[in-house]
Amino acid sequence: MASIEARGLRKRFASTIALDGVDLLVEEGRILGLIGPNGAGKTTALNAIVGLIAYEGELKVLGRDPWTKRDQLMREVCFIADVAVLPRWLRVSEAIDYMEGVHPRFDRAKAERFLAKTAIGRGRTVKELSKGMVAQLHLALVMAIDAKVLVLDEPTLGLDILYRKQFYDALLNDYFDRSRTILVATHQVDEIQNVLTDVVFIDRGRVVFQCSMDELESRYAELTVNPENVSAARALKPMNERERFGRSVLLFGDADRQQLAALGDVRTPSVEDLFVAVVGSRAGQTQGAAV
Amino acid sequence: MYWSVRRELWESKSIYIAPIAAAALSAIACSVSALRLPERLRAAAPLDPGQQVGIIEGPFDLAGLLIMGVTFLVALFYSLDALHGERRDRSILFWKSLPVSDLTTVLAKASIPMLVLPVLTFGVTSVTQAIVLMVSRAALAGSGVHAEAAWDHFSFWHMEGMLLYHLIGIHGLWYAPFYGWLILVSAWAKRLPILWATLPPIALGLFEKIAFHTSYFAALIGAHFDGGPARSNSAIGASAMSMDALTSPAPSEFLTSPGLWVGLMLTALFLAMAVRLRRQRGPI
Repeated sequence: MASIEARGLRKRFASTIALDGVDLLVEEGRILGLIGPNGAGKTTALNAIVGLIAYEGELKVLGRDPWTKRDQLMREVCFIADVAVLPRWLRVSEAIDYMEGVHPRFDRAKAERFLAKTAIGRGRTVKELSKGMVAQLHLALVMAIDAKVLVLDEPTLGLDILYRKQFYDALLNDYFDRSRTILVATHQVDEIQNVLTDVVFIDRGRVVFQCSMDELESRYAELTVNPENVSAARALKPMNERERFGRSVLLFGDADRQQLAALGDVRTPSVEDLFVAVVGSRAGQTQGAAV
Repeated sequence: MYWSVRRELWESKSIYIAPIAAAALSAIACSVSALRLPERLRAAAPLDPGQQVGIIEGPFDLAGLLIMGVTFLVALFYSLDALHGERRDRSILFWKSLPVSDLTTVLAKASIPMLVLPVLTFGVTSVTQAIVLMVSRAALAGSGVHAEAAWDHFSFWHMEGMLLYHLIGIHGLWYAPFYGWLILVSAWAKRLPILWATLPPIALGLFEKIAFHTSYFAALIGAHFDGGPARSNSAIGASAMSMDALTSPAPSEFLTSPGLWVGLMLTALFLAMAVRLRRQRGPI
Protein backbone atom coordinates (compact mmCIF):
# COMPACT_ATOMS: atom_id res chain seq x y z
CA MET A 1 0.00 0.00 0.00
CA ALA A 2 1.17 3.52 -0.69
CA SER A 3 2.00 5.43 2.47
CA ILE A 4 1.41 8.81 0.92
CA GLU A 5 -0.69 9.46 -2.13
CA ALA A 6 -1.37 12.91 -3.51
CA ARG A 7 -3.17 13.78 -6.70
CA GLY A 8 -3.57 17.32 -7.98
CA LEU A 9 -2.63 18.78 -4.62
CA ARG A 10 -3.14 22.53 -4.62
CA LYS A 11 -2.72 25.22 -2.03
CA ARG A 12 -3.26 28.88 -2.56
CA PHE A 13 -2.30 31.53 -0.05
CA ALA A 14 -3.59 35.08 -0.27
CA SER A 15 -1.31 36.22 -3.07
CA THR A 16 0.67 33.16 -4.11
CA ILE A 17 0.06 29.66 -5.34
CA ALA A 18 2.23 27.48 -3.12
CA LEU A 19 1.25 24.11 -4.61
CA ASP A 20 0.13 23.96 -8.19
CA GLY A 21 -1.15 20.45 -8.72
CA VAL A 22 1.37 18.15 -7.06
CA ASP A 23 1.19 14.41 -7.71
CA LEU A 24 3.17 12.28 -5.35
CA LEU A 25 3.22 8.58 -4.61
CA VAL A 26 5.40 7.26 -1.80
CA GLU A 27 5.41 3.52 -1.26
CA GLU A 28 6.02 1.89 2.10
CA GLY A 29 9.68 1.42 2.97
CA ARG A 30 11.03 4.30 0.90
CA ILE A 31 13.15 7.24 2.01
CA LEU A 32 12.13 10.08 -0.22
CA GLY A 33 13.96 13.37 -0.43
CA LEU A 34 11.83 16.34 -1.38
CA ILE A 35 14.28 18.81 -2.79
CA GLY A 36 13.65 22.30 -4.02
CA PRO A 37 14.82 25.88 -3.83
CA ASN A 38 13.50 28.25 -1.17
CA GLY A 39 9.82 28.96 -1.61
CA ALA A 40 9.29 25.98 -3.92
CA GLY A 41 6.44 24.65 -1.79
CA LYS A 42 8.29 21.95 0.18
CA THR A 43 7.05 23.05 3.58
CA THR A 44 3.54 23.61 2.28
CA ALA A 45 3.45 20.10 0.87
CA LEU A 46 4.70 18.59 4.12
CA ASN A 47 2.28 20.66 6.18
CA ALA A 48 -0.60 19.37 4.07
CA ILE A 49 0.64 15.81 4.55
CA VAL A 50 0.70 16.09 8.34
CA GLY A 51 -2.65 17.85 8.53
CA LEU A 52 -1.53 21.34 9.47
CA ILE A 53 -3.18 23.11 6.55
CA ALA A 54 -6.24 22.64 4.39
CA TYR A 55 -5.71 21.96 0.69
CA GLU A 56 -7.49 21.32 -2.57
CA GLY A 57 -7.09 18.07 -4.44
CA GLU A 58 -6.73 14.54 -3.23
CA LEU A 59 -4.41 13.50 -0.44
CA LYS A 60 -4.29 10.30 1.55
CA VAL A 61 -1.71 9.44 4.18
CA LEU A 62 -1.93 5.82 5.34
CA GLY A 63 -5.35 5.86 3.74
CA ARG A 64 -6.63 8.81 5.77
CA ASP A 65 -7.38 12.45 5.04
CA PRO A 66 -4.82 14.37 7.12
CA TRP A 67 -6.84 17.58 7.42
CA THR A 68 -9.88 16.02 9.04
CA LYS A 69 -8.15 13.17 10.88
CA ARG A 70 -4.96 14.79 12.12
CA ASP A 71 -5.12 13.54 15.69
CA GLN A 72 -5.73 9.92 14.63
CA LEU A 73 -3.11 10.07 11.94
CA MET A 74 -0.50 11.37 14.34
CA ARG A 75 -0.50 8.05 16.16
CA GLU A 76 1.26 6.60 13.15
CA VAL A 77 2.91 9.62 11.61
CA CYS A 78 5.73 11.56 13.23
CA PHE A 79 6.75 15.02 12.25
CA ILE A 80 9.80 17.13 12.95
CA ALA A 81 8.92 20.56 11.65
CA ASP A 82 12.10 22.39 12.31
CA VAL A 83 15.01 22.36 14.68
CA ALA A 84 13.44 24.72 17.15
CA VAL A 85 9.84 23.81 17.90
CA LEU A 86 10.24 22.18 21.29
CA PRO A 87 8.87 24.64 23.85
CA ARG A 88 11.68 26.34 25.74
CA TRP A 89 10.20 25.76 29.19
CA LEU A 90 9.89 22.00 28.75
CA ARG A 91 12.09 19.82 30.96
CA VAL A 92 13.61 16.70 29.39
CA SER A 93 11.98 14.46 31.99
CA GLU A 94 8.62 16.21 31.44
CA ALA A 95 8.92 15.69 27.69
CA ILE A 96 9.37 11.96 28.20
CA ASP A 97 6.53 11.75 30.74
CA TYR A 98 4.22 13.69 28.46
CA MET A 99 5.00 11.63 25.37
CA GLU A 100 4.42 8.45 27.33
CA GLY A 101 1.13 9.89 28.56
CA VAL A 102 -0.33 11.01 25.24
CA HIS A 103 1.24 8.71 22.66
CA PRO A 104 0.07 5.10 22.57
CA ARG A 105 3.07 3.99 20.48
CA PHE A 106 5.78 5.75 22.49
CA ASP A 107 8.40 3.48 24.04
CA ARG A 108 9.94 5.13 27.07
CA ALA A 109 12.84 2.69 27.37
CA LYS A 110 13.83 3.38 23.79
CA ALA A 111 13.84 7.12 24.33
CA GLU A 112 15.93 6.71 27.47
CA ARG A 113 18.37 4.56 25.51
CA PHE A 114 18.78 7.15 22.77
CA LEU A 115 19.21 9.93 25.31
CA ALA A 116 21.80 7.93 27.23
CA LYS A 117 24.06 8.22 24.19
CA THR A 118 23.92 12.02 24.41
CA ALA A 119 25.04 14.48 27.04
CA ILE A 120 21.49 15.67 27.73
CA GLY A 121 20.58 15.70 31.43
CA ARG A 122 17.03 14.77 32.48
CA GLY A 123 16.58 17.83 34.65
CA ARG A 124 17.53 20.37 31.98
CA THR A 125 14.96 22.50 30.22
CA VAL A 126 15.02 22.96 26.47
CA LYS A 127 16.23 26.54 26.76
CA GLU A 128 19.35 25.35 28.56
CA LEU A 129 20.27 22.97 25.74
CA SER A 130 22.33 23.85 22.69
CA LYS A 131 20.66 23.83 19.32
CA GLY A 132 22.27 20.51 18.45
CA MET A 133 21.11 18.96 21.71
CA VAL A 134 17.55 20.12 21.12
CA ALA A 135 17.63 18.35 17.75
CA GLN A 136 19.02 15.23 19.44
CA LEU A 137 16.27 15.36 22.04
CA HIS A 138 13.55 15.79 19.45
CA LEU A 139 14.95 12.95 17.38
CA ALA A 140 15.17 10.70 20.45
CA LEU A 141 11.52 11.43 21.26
CA VAL A 142 10.44 10.76 17.69
CA MET A 143 12.52 7.63 17.18
CA ALA A 144 11.00 6.11 20.30
CA ILE A 145 7.62 6.20 18.56
CA ASP A 146 6.76 3.13 16.57
CA ALA A 147 5.45 5.13 13.61
CA LYS A 148 4.84 4.12 10.04
CA VAL A 149 5.64 7.46 8.45
CA LEU A 150 8.22 10.00 9.52
CA VAL A 151 8.09 13.47 8.01
CA LEU A 152 11.09 15.75 8.39
CA ASP A 153 11.17 19.37 7.28
CA GLU A 154 14.72 20.74 7.20
CA PRO A 155 15.52 18.74 10.34
CA THR A 156 19.15 19.77 10.52
CA LEU A 157 18.98 23.41 9.51
CA GLY A 158 21.53 25.47 11.41
CA LEU A 159 23.28 22.49 13.02
CA ASP A 160 27.00 21.93 12.65
CA ILE A 161 28.34 19.18 10.43
CA LEU A 162 28.90 16.69 13.27
CA TYR A 163 25.34 16.92 14.52
CA ARG A 164 23.98 16.75 10.97
CA LYS A 165 25.90 13.59 10.23
CA GLN A 166 24.95 12.07 13.56
CA PHE A 167 21.31 12.90 12.94
CA TYR A 168 21.11 11.00 9.67
CA ASP A 169 23.28 8.15 10.94
CA ALA A 170 20.96 7.63 13.89
CA LEU A 171 17.96 7.80 11.62
CA LEU A 172 19.34 5.15 9.28
CA ASN A 173 20.95 2.80 11.75
CA ASP A 174 18.61 2.92 14.73
CA TYR A 175 15.29 3.76 13.18
CA PHE A 176 14.77 2.92 9.58
CA ASP A 177 13.60 -0.51 8.58
CA ARG A 178 11.80 -1.58 5.43
CA SER A 179 8.37 -1.15 6.97
CA ARG A 180 8.73 2.55 7.66
CA THR A 181 8.51 5.44 5.26
CA ILE A 182 10.54 8.59 5.62
CA LEU A 183 9.89 11.83 3.80
CA VAL A 184 12.52 14.51 4.19
CA ALA A 185 12.52 17.99 2.74
CA THR A 186 15.75 19.89 2.55
CA HIS A 187 17.93 21.96 0.34
CA GLN A 188 21.14 20.54 1.73
CA VAL A 189 21.11 17.97 -1.02
CA ASP A 190 24.58 16.47 -0.77
CA GLU A 191 24.11 15.43 2.84
CA ILE A 192 21.16 13.19 2.33
CA GLN A 193 22.17 11.81 -1.02
CA ASN A 194 23.40 8.53 0.46
CA VAL A 195 20.40 8.17 2.72
CA LEU A 196 17.68 8.36 0.11
CA THR A 197 16.00 5.71 -1.99
CA ASP A 198 14.06 8.25 -4.08
CA VAL A 199 14.27 11.91 -4.98
CA VAL A 200 11.62 14.38 -6.00
CA PHE A 201 12.49 17.87 -7.19
CA ILE A 202 9.87 20.49 -6.60
CA ASP A 203 9.95 23.96 -8.06
CA ARG A 204 7.35 26.71 -7.90
CA GLY A 205 4.67 24.41 -6.60
CA ARG A 206 5.17 21.63 -9.14
CA VAL A 207 6.99 18.34 -9.18
CA VAL A 208 9.57 18.79 -11.93
CA PHE A 209 11.52 15.56 -11.58
CA GLN A 210 11.25 12.29 -9.75
CA CYS A 211 13.14 9.05 -9.83
CA SER A 212 14.60 6.39 -7.58
CA MET A 213 18.26 6.41 -6.73
CA ASP A 214 18.75 3.11 -8.58
CA GLU A 215 17.19 4.62 -11.64
CA LEU A 216 19.34 7.70 -11.24
CA GLU A 217 22.47 5.57 -11.35
CA SER A 218 21.45 3.63 -14.41
CA ARG A 219 19.86 6.41 -16.43
CA TYR A 220 21.96 9.48 -15.81
CA ALA A 221 25.59 10.00 -16.62
CA GLU A 222 27.93 12.90 -16.24
CA LEU A 223 30.63 13.29 -18.81
CA THR A 224 33.78 15.34 -18.34
CA VAL A 225 34.61 15.83 -21.97
CA ASN A 226 38.07 15.73 -23.46
CA PRO A 227 38.52 19.10 -25.20
CA GLU A 228 38.76 17.65 -28.67
CA ASN A 229 35.41 15.84 -28.29
CA VAL A 230 33.25 18.73 -27.12
CA SER A 231 31.26 19.16 -30.28
CA ALA A 232 30.77 15.42 -30.68
CA ALA A 233 29.45 15.25 -27.10
CA ARG A 234 27.15 18.21 -27.64
CA ALA A 235 25.68 16.45 -30.61
CA LEU A 236 24.35 13.78 -28.21
CA LYS A 237 22.01 16.39 -26.69
CA PRO A 238 23.07 16.78 -23.07
CA MET A 239 20.53 18.01 -20.53
CA ASN A 240 22.96 20.52 -19.16
CA GLU A 241 26.44 21.80 -19.66
CA ARG A 242 28.80 23.56 -17.28
CA GLU A 243 32.47 24.29 -16.83
CA ARG A 244 34.74 22.71 -14.26
CA PHE A 245 38.48 23.40 -14.09
CA GLY A 246 38.37 24.60 -17.64
CA ARG A 247 36.71 21.48 -18.99
CA SER A 248 33.15 21.06 -20.10
CA VAL A 249 30.96 18.81 -17.98
CA LEU A 250 27.87 17.50 -19.70
CA LEU A 251 24.94 15.75 -18.10
CA PHE A 252 23.06 13.12 -20.05
CA GLY A 253 19.85 11.26 -19.48
CA ASP A 254 19.27 7.87 -21.09
CA ALA A 255 22.55 7.94 -22.95
CA ASP A 256 24.73 5.00 -23.90
CA ARG A 257 27.55 4.94 -21.35
CA GLN A 258 29.97 3.19 -23.63
CA GLN A 259 29.45 5.76 -26.32
CA LEU A 260 30.09 8.50 -23.74
CA ALA A 261 33.17 6.78 -22.35
CA ALA A 262 34.85 7.21 -25.69
CA LEU A 263 34.52 10.99 -25.36
CA GLY A 264 35.85 11.49 -21.82
CA ASP A 265 35.43 10.49 -18.15
CA VAL A 266 31.97 9.20 -17.24
CA ARG A 267 30.53 9.06 -13.75
CA THR A 268 27.15 8.99 -12.07
CA PRO A 269 26.02 12.54 -11.34
CA SER A 270 25.30 13.60 -7.79
CA VAL A 271 21.75 14.58 -6.86
CA GLU A 272 23.03 18.10 -6.56
CA ASP A 273 24.31 18.12 -10.15
CA LEU A 274 21.04 16.75 -11.36
CA PHE A 275 19.13 19.31 -9.33
CA VAL A 276 21.13 22.15 -10.78
CA ALA A 277 20.60 20.73 -14.26
CA VAL A 278 16.85 20.30 -13.91
CA VAL A 279 15.79 23.19 -11.71
CA GLY A 280 18.55 25.55 -12.79
CA SER A 281 17.62 25.22 -16.44
CA ARG A 282 13.98 25.93 -15.58
CA ALA A 283 15.03 29.08 -13.79
CA GLY A 284 17.11 30.05 -16.81
CA GLN A 285 14.17 29.54 -19.11
CA THR A 286 11.89 31.84 -17.21
CA GLN A 287 14.59 34.45 -16.80
CA GLY A 288 15.15 34.29 -20.54
CA ALA A 289 11.44 34.59 -21.12
CA ALA A 290 11.24 37.60 -18.84
CA VAL A 291 13.97 39.37 -20.75
CA MET B 1 -6.74 15.00 28.93
CA TYR B 2 -4.89 14.46 32.20
CA TRP B 3 -1.53 14.96 30.54
CA SER B 4 -2.75 17.97 28.62
CA VAL B 5 -3.73 19.64 31.89
CA ARG B 6 -0.48 18.62 33.53
CA ARG B 7 1.49 20.12 30.71
CA GLU B 8 -0.29 23.45 31.34
CA LEU B 9 0.83 23.34 34.96
CA TRP B 10 4.41 22.66 33.87
CA GLU B 11 4.31 25.57 31.51
CA SER B 12 2.54 28.13 33.70
CA LYS B 13 3.98 27.66 37.12
CA SER B 14 2.28 30.87 38.24
CA ILE B 15 -0.96 28.86 38.34
CA TYR B 16 0.07 27.47 41.70
CA ILE B 17 2.95 29.68 42.75
CA ALA B 18 0.92 32.91 42.78
CA PRO B 19 -1.95 31.61 44.99
CA ILE B 20 0.52 30.01 47.39
CA ALA B 21 2.55 33.21 47.63
CA ALA B 22 -0.63 35.23 48.23
CA ALA B 23 -1.70 32.69 50.85
CA ALA B 24 1.61 32.85 52.67
CA LEU B 25 1.45 36.64 52.70
CA SER B 26 -2.10 36.77 53.98
CA ALA B 27 -1.50 34.00 56.54
CA ILE B 28 1.33 36.02 58.04
CA ALA B 29 -0.66 39.27 57.97
CA CYS B 30 -3.71 37.66 59.55
CA SER B 31 -1.67 35.95 62.20
CA VAL B 32 -0.11 39.25 63.18
CA SER B 33 -3.59 40.77 63.31
CA ALA B 34 -4.90 37.81 65.34
CA LEU B 35 -2.43 38.57 68.09
CA ARG B 36 -4.42 41.74 68.75
CA LEU B 37 -7.76 39.94 68.49
CA PRO B 38 -8.34 39.70 72.26
CA GLU B 39 -7.91 43.47 72.56
CA ARG B 40 -10.43 44.17 69.84
CA LEU B 41 -12.90 41.68 71.26
CA ARG B 42 -12.57 43.30 74.66
CA ALA B 43 -13.33 46.67 73.12
CA ALA B 44 -16.32 45.13 71.33
CA ALA B 45 -17.62 43.50 74.49
CA PRO B 46 -20.72 45.73 74.70
CA LEU B 47 -21.85 44.53 71.26
CA ASP B 48 -24.00 41.45 70.92
CA PRO B 49 -22.37 38.18 69.77
CA GLY B 50 -23.84 38.52 66.30
CA GLN B 51 -21.78 41.66 65.78
CA GLN B 52 -18.74 40.35 67.55
CA VAL B 53 -18.54 37.53 65.05
CA GLY B 54 -17.73 40.12 62.41
CA ILE B 55 -14.52 40.94 64.22
CA ILE B 56 -13.51 37.30 64.16
CA GLU B 57 -14.46 36.82 60.54
CA GLY B 58 -12.81 39.96 59.22
CA PRO B 59 -9.30 38.54 58.71
CA PHE B 60 -10.70 35.37 57.13
CA ASP B 61 -12.59 37.38 54.54
CA LEU B 62 -9.58 39.53 53.79
CA ALA B 63 -7.32 36.50 53.42
CA GLY B 64 -9.80 34.87 51.09
CA LEU B 65 -10.23 38.06 49.08
CA LEU B 66 -6.52 38.54 48.60
CA ILE B 67 -5.98 34.98 47.38
CA MET B 68 -9.02 35.07 45.13
CA GLY B 69 -8.02 38.40 43.68
CA VAL B 70 -4.58 37.04 42.83
CA THR B 71 -5.90 33.85 41.26
CA PHE B 72 -8.47 35.82 39.29
CA LEU B 73 -5.68 37.88 37.75
CA VAL B 74 -3.68 34.72 37.08
CA ALA B 75 -6.73 33.21 35.37
CA LEU B 76 -7.22 36.27 33.14
CA PHE B 77 -3.61 36.44 32.03
CA TYR B 78 -3.37 32.69 31.61
CA SER B 79 -6.42 32.66 29.33
CA LEU B 80 -5.10 35.55 27.30
CA ASP B 81 -1.87 33.66 26.58
CA ALA B 82 -3.39 30.17 26.33
CA LEU B 83 -3.44 29.73 22.55
CA HIS B 84 -1.17 32.66 21.75
CA GLY B 85 2.03 31.55 23.46
CA GLU B 86 2.28 28.27 21.58
CA ARG B 87 1.95 30.07 18.26
CA ARG B 88 4.43 32.76 19.26
CA ASP B 89 7.19 30.31 20.20
CA ARG B 90 6.30 27.96 17.29
CA SER B 91 5.87 25.06 19.71
CA ILE B 92 2.39 24.56 18.23
CA LEU B 93 4.21 22.61 15.51
CA PHE B 94 5.43 20.20 18.16
CA TRP B 95 2.09 19.89 19.95
CA LYS B 96 0.29 19.33 16.68
CA SER B 97 2.70 16.55 15.74
CA LEU B 98 1.23 14.48 18.56
CA PRO B 99 -2.04 12.56 18.58
CA VAL B 100 -3.88 15.13 20.69
CA SER B 101 -6.93 16.74 19.13
CA ASP B 102 -7.51 20.49 19.05
CA LEU B 103 -10.66 19.93 21.10
CA THR B 104 -8.73 18.19 23.88
CA THR B 105 -6.11 20.92 23.88
CA VAL B 106 -8.62 23.77 24.07
CA LEU B 107 -10.69 22.04 26.75
CA ALA B 108 -7.56 21.34 28.80
CA LYS B 109 -6.59 24.99 28.57
CA ALA B 110 -10.12 26.16 29.40
CA SER B 111 -10.26 23.88 32.43
CA ILE B 112 -7.39 25.79 34.04
CA PRO B 113 -9.29 29.04 34.79
CA MET B 114 -12.72 27.37 35.00
CA LEU B 115 -11.95 24.39 37.21
CA VAL B 116 -8.33 23.91 38.24
CA LEU B 117 -7.77 27.42 39.59
CA PRO B 118 -11.04 27.60 41.60
CA VAL B 119 -10.36 24.22 43.21
CA LEU B 120 -6.74 25.10 43.84
CA THR B 121 -7.77 28.45 45.29
CA PHE B 122 -10.18 26.68 47.59
CA GLY B 123 -7.48 24.34 48.83
CA VAL B 124 -4.96 27.09 49.41
CA THR B 125 -7.49 29.43 51.00
CA SER B 126 -8.91 26.86 53.37
CA VAL B 127 -5.45 25.86 54.55
CA THR B 128 -4.65 29.54 55.12
CA GLN B 129 -7.88 30.08 56.99
CA ALA B 130 -7.27 27.00 59.13
CA ILE B 131 -3.90 28.45 60.11
CA VAL B 132 -5.48 31.83 60.92
CA LEU B 133 -8.16 30.01 62.92
CA MET B 134 -5.58 28.20 65.01
CA VAL B 135 -3.61 31.38 65.64
CA SER B 136 -6.79 33.24 66.65
CA ARG B 137 -7.82 30.49 69.02
CA ALA B 138 -4.40 30.33 70.55
CA ALA B 139 -4.26 34.12 70.98
CA LEU B 140 -7.66 34.12 72.67
CA ALA B 141 -6.89 31.18 74.91
CA GLY B 142 -3.73 32.91 76.07
CA SER B 143 -5.46 36.23 76.80
CA GLY B 144 -8.26 35.04 79.05
CA VAL B 145 -10.90 36.96 77.08
CA HIS B 146 -14.12 34.98 76.96
CA ALA B 147 -15.92 35.16 73.64
CA GLU B 148 -17.64 31.80 73.48
CA ALA B 149 -20.89 33.45 72.51
CA ALA B 150 -19.28 35.01 69.47
CA TRP B 151 -17.53 31.76 68.51
CA ASP B 152 -20.90 30.02 68.65
CA HIS B 153 -21.97 32.22 65.76
CA PHE B 154 -18.86 31.36 63.82
CA SER B 155 -18.70 28.14 61.86
CA PHE B 156 -15.46 27.32 60.10
CA TRP B 157 -17.01 24.52 58.04
CA HIS B 158 -19.93 26.65 56.96
CA MET B 159 -17.48 29.33 55.86
CA GLU B 160 -15.43 26.83 53.86
CA GLY B 161 -18.56 25.41 52.27
CA MET B 162 -19.64 28.87 51.14
CA LEU B 163 -16.13 29.52 49.88
CA LEU B 164 -16.16 26.41 47.71
CA TYR B 165 -19.64 27.26 46.43
CA HIS B 166 -18.55 30.79 45.60
CA LEU B 167 -15.38 29.68 43.84
CA ILE B 168 -16.97 26.99 41.70
CA GLY B 169 -20.16 28.96 41.10
CA ILE B 170 -18.85 32.45 40.47
CA HIS B 171 -15.20 32.05 39.54
CA GLY B 172 -15.69 28.82 37.63
CA LEU B 173 -19.12 28.94 36.02
CA TRP B 174 -20.32 32.52 36.19
CA TYR B 175 -17.06 34.01 34.87
CA ALA B 176 -16.62 31.24 32.28
CA PRO B 177 -17.67 33.45 29.31
CA PHE B 178 -14.94 35.96 30.18
CA TYR B 179 -12.31 33.23 30.11
CA GLY B 180 -13.84 31.76 26.97
CA TRP B 181 -13.64 35.13 25.26
CA LEU B 182 -10.01 35.59 26.26
CA ILE B 183 -9.10 32.11 25.04
CA LEU B 184 -10.83 32.81 21.73
CA VAL B 185 -8.91 36.06 21.34
CA SER B 186 -5.67 34.29 22.20
CA ALA B 187 -6.35 31.82 19.39
CA TRP B 188 -7.13 34.57 16.93
CA ALA B 189 -4.90 37.57 17.62
CA LYS B 190 -1.55 37.72 15.89
CA ARG B 191 -0.21 40.35 18.23
CA LEU B 192 -1.23 42.04 21.47
CA PRO B 193 -4.16 39.81 22.45
CA ILE B 194 -4.78 42.06 25.44
CA LEU B 195 -5.81 44.89 23.12
CA TRP B 196 -7.97 42.64 20.95
CA ALA B 197 -9.66 41.32 24.07
CA THR B 198 -10.49 44.71 25.52
CA LEU B 199 -10.81 47.23 22.70
CA PRO B 200 -13.66 45.66 20.67
CA PRO B 201 -16.01 45.46 23.67
CA ILE B 202 -15.09 49.02 24.64
CA ALA B 203 -15.62 50.15 21.06
CA LEU B 204 -18.98 48.40 20.93
CA GLY B 205 -20.02 50.08 24.18
CA LEU B 206 -18.93 53.49 22.90
CA PHE B 207 -20.67 52.95 19.58
CA GLU B 208 -23.90 52.16 21.38
CA LYS B 209 -23.47 55.16 23.65
CA ILE B 210 -22.88 57.56 20.77
CA ALA B 211 -25.38 56.10 18.32
CA PHE B 212 -28.29 55.34 20.63
CA HIS B 213 -27.40 57.21 23.83
CA THR B 214 -27.79 53.99 25.77
CA SER B 215 -25.32 51.74 27.48
CA TYR B 216 -27.01 48.37 27.67
CA PHE B 217 -23.94 46.54 26.44
CA ALA B 218 -21.63 48.07 29.03
CA ALA B 219 -24.24 47.52 31.73
CA LEU B 220 -24.65 43.91 30.68
CA ILE B 221 -20.94 43.21 30.85
CA GLY B 222 -20.60 45.14 34.10
CA ALA B 223 -23.52 43.34 35.72
CA HIS B 224 -22.15 39.97 34.72
CA PHE B 225 -18.74 40.88 36.01
CA ASP B 226 -20.29 41.91 39.32
CA GLY B 227 -21.64 38.44 39.81
CA GLY B 228 -25.32 38.73 38.84
CA PRO B 229 -27.74 37.21 41.32
CA ALA B 230 -24.98 36.81 43.86
CA ARG B 231 -24.95 40.56 44.18
CA SER B 232 -28.60 41.41 43.72
CA ASN B 233 -29.52 38.95 46.42
CA SER B 234 -26.98 39.95 48.99
CA ALA B 235 -28.73 41.29 52.04
CA ILE B 236 -26.00 43.68 53.16
CA GLY B 237 -24.91 44.66 49.67
CA ALA B 238 -21.52 43.06 49.94
CA SER B 239 -19.68 42.59 46.68
CA ALA B 240 -19.90 39.26 44.97
CA MET B 241 -16.17 38.95 45.41
CA SER B 242 -16.71 38.50 49.12
CA MET B 243 -17.47 35.03 50.27
CA ASP B 244 -19.09 36.32 53.43
CA ALA B 245 -21.02 33.41 54.82
CA LEU B 246 -24.08 35.56 55.47
CA THR B 247 -24.49 37.07 52.03
CA SER B 248 -24.53 34.36 49.41
CA PRO B 249 -27.27 33.61 46.92
CA ALA B 250 -29.35 30.52 47.31
CA PRO B 251 -28.16 27.77 44.99
CA SER B 252 -31.63 27.46 43.51
CA GLU B 253 -31.63 31.12 42.52
CA PHE B 254 -28.10 30.89 41.15
CA LEU B 255 -28.82 27.80 39.08
CA THR B 256 -32.01 29.20 37.60
CA SER B 257 -30.63 32.61 36.68
CA PRO B 258 -30.61 33.10 32.92
CA GLY B 259 -27.32 34.97 33.16
CA LEU B 260 -25.56 31.77 34.15
CA TRP B 261 -26.93 29.69 31.29
CA VAL B 262 -26.56 32.33 28.61
CA GLY B 263 -23.02 32.78 29.84
CA LEU B 264 -22.29 29.08 29.63
CA MET B 265 -23.72 28.90 26.13
CA LEU B 266 -21.53 31.81 25.08
CA THR B 267 -18.56 30.03 26.65
CA ALA B 268 -19.29 26.91 24.60
CA LEU B 269 -19.56 29.03 21.45
CA PHE B 270 -16.28 30.86 22.15
CA LEU B 271 -14.47 27.60 22.83
CA ALA B 272 -15.86 25.93 19.72
CA MET B 273 -14.60 28.86 17.67
CA ALA B 274 -11.23 28.61 19.41
CA VAL B 275 -11.01 24.91 18.49
CA ARG B 276 -11.66 25.76 14.83
CA LEU B 277 -9.12 28.54 14.88
CA ARG B 278 -6.45 26.39 16.47
CA ARG B 279 -6.93 23.85 13.76
CA GLN B 280 -6.28 26.45 11.06
CA ARG B 281 -3.69 28.63 12.68
CA GLY B 282 0.01 27.98 12.51
CA PRO B 283 2.92 29.74 14.15
CA ILE B 284 3.09 33.53 13.97
